[in-house]
Amino acid sequence: MKTAIIQFPGLNRESDMIMALENVSGAKTQTVWHTETSLPDTDLVVIPGGFSYGDYLRCGAIAARSPIMKAIVEHANKGGKVLGVCNGFQILVETGMLRGALMRNANLKFVCKQVQLSVENDSTFFTSKMNKGDEVTCPVAHHDGNYFVDDETLKRLEGDGQIVFRYANGTNPNGSLNDIAGICNAKGNVIGMMPHPENMIEALHGKTDCRPLFESIAA
Amino acid sequence: MKAMIKVTLKNGVLDPQGKAIMGSLQSLGFNGYDNVRQGKYFELDIEAFSKEEAKARATDMCEQLLANTVIENYEIEIV
Repeated sequence: MKTAIIQFPGLNRESDMIMALENVSGAKTQTVWHTETSLPDTDLVVIPGGFSYGDYLRCGAIAARSPIMKAIVEHANKGGKVLGVCNGFQILVETGMLRGALMRNANLKFVCKQVQLSVENDSTFFTSKMNKGDEVTCPVAHHDGNYFVDDETLKRLEGDGQIVFRYANGTNPNGSLNDIAGICNAKGNVIGMMPHPENMIEALHGKTDCRPLFESIAA
Repeated sequence: MKAMIKVTLKNGVLDPQGKAIMGSLQSLGFNGYDNVRQGKYFELDIEAFSKEEAKARATDMCEQLLANTVIENYEIEIV
């Protein structure tokens, strides 16, 4: 799987993401700087986590308007896969590629801990090796992960299976509506999530719960 | 011309920061107020031939960047 990792100033989780993609998904990665206006030949685009542009204005707002994003939107419109994690999710939401908004955590605190995630949609490119209802432990580290969307859109997301991950067992760390931790677009080829599965894949992480997600990419 | 742009959360969108600020005001002894909402304010100099043109451009800026219209409203004043 040819994979492009997008690098914005202020992102800091790209190395972990590259390691997960190369070691578990067997992907061939190439890093693309945000000022580029086109993507290399790629199947998957990944926007990792961090704090692009210091979270100025709104998290992900400025990155979402950078030159490379146009190419990423075109890639997605042609059916290409896109995964955004944490700040990457915030960026995808700010471009409008995914619905809703990620607001300041309801308890106003930066949360850095492990949560339980339940898989709600097992037919996406990132969850195909899992089953609906499976639960995994996964770390979160963010200040603005409080998912919000208007009632009508929420109903549609729920009805169309666009909720990919939910916080389970009362571990919602940020006040997200309906415990939403990750969603996809209508076609299912664009996925965004707040938790960091790339940090739960090897023994040193404590658990390897999230390996099947990266194995799904290889499938 | 100067554009003064106010971005506020839409009604119905929870504002935990506003709530925390309200708690702090209470602890300072202020009372007789309710519904503290936090927003953003932008000021910029716009080159334009008319107020209408300036407002149209500021509106574009709000729609494309300054406000997230999923959760925020904006108000523009041109002087």
